Amino acid sequence: MINNIETYLYIAVFLFAIGLYGVLARRSLIAVLISVELMLNAAMINFMAFNRFLAPHPAVGQICALFIMAVAAAEAAIGLSIIVAIYRKMKTINVEHATELRG
Amino acid sequence: MKFMMDLFSAEGMATLSFLGVVGLTFIGALIAVGARNIFHNVLGLALALFGVAGLFVYLNSPFVAMMEILIYVGAICIAICFAIMLSEPLYLPKPPRKPIKLLGAGLASGLIFAMLGLLMKKTTWVAAPERSTDWSITTLGHFLLTKYALIFEVISLVLLVAMLGAIVTARDGRGET
Repeated sequence: MINNIETYLYIAVFLFAIGLYGVLARRSLIAVLISVELMLNAAMINFMAFNRFLAPHPAVGQICALFIMAVAAAEAAIGLSIIVAIYRKMKTINVEHATELRG
Repeated sequence: MKFMMDLFSAEGMATLSFLGVVGLTFIGALIAVGARNIFHNVLGLALALFGVAGLFVYLNSPFVAMMEILIYVGAICIAICFAIMLSEPLYLPKPPRKPIKLLGAGLASGLIFAMLGLLMKKTTWVAAPERSTDWSITTLGHFLLTKYALIFEVISLVLLVAMLGAIVTARDGRGET
């Protein structure tokens, strides 16, 4: 079970599905951001599993995972600053109340 | 009796702790999505990320596991905590959830789960014919500074731009100060 690629892929799919549910169902912007982090982690598990079992050289997948991590850090920084700015302007971080651009 | 003997062999212990790590990941993810208190969500996320780091150890990459704990648990979760403190107070009553929306979200994610699972079941995974067995961190560092130097530089540029953008956005927005 430990040395089988499908185990890791199923774990990644389950994590991705949980993250997708969070993105669709939650209404607080911060909760949506947390769910997106879960989905990014699922993608990273996929990269690492393919790297462990299939790739010709084991460094490539690890570099991909590090790249995803850096992009996730940048995304969290930007996203959180946008959330703080939205809260200052509208006094709410509910997704359904932030509808200023609606026609 | 045989099962008990298997359990205490090295392999049995490895499987047992693997199951523990997977359980940690799933429980953390469910808390991160399901709990109503936003602070519990962050703690669940940290738990799930610890589990994912454990999975990376099982995938032969202790360096990436360490980076996962450092960057995700150490930096991103703390940043989310600060954002929670700077936004809505926790004691405010939350609007009730609409069950129809939860049902829709559950259906959509369940569908994605089933589809990807079926796809995975149908695929046969073929390993590369010639595989290097060099897992050392030294090689990783050499690759990052020779063959993948561009990626390394792009990461640092992206992080710099993101940092500046975050400061500009969070300070006082654009204009009308």
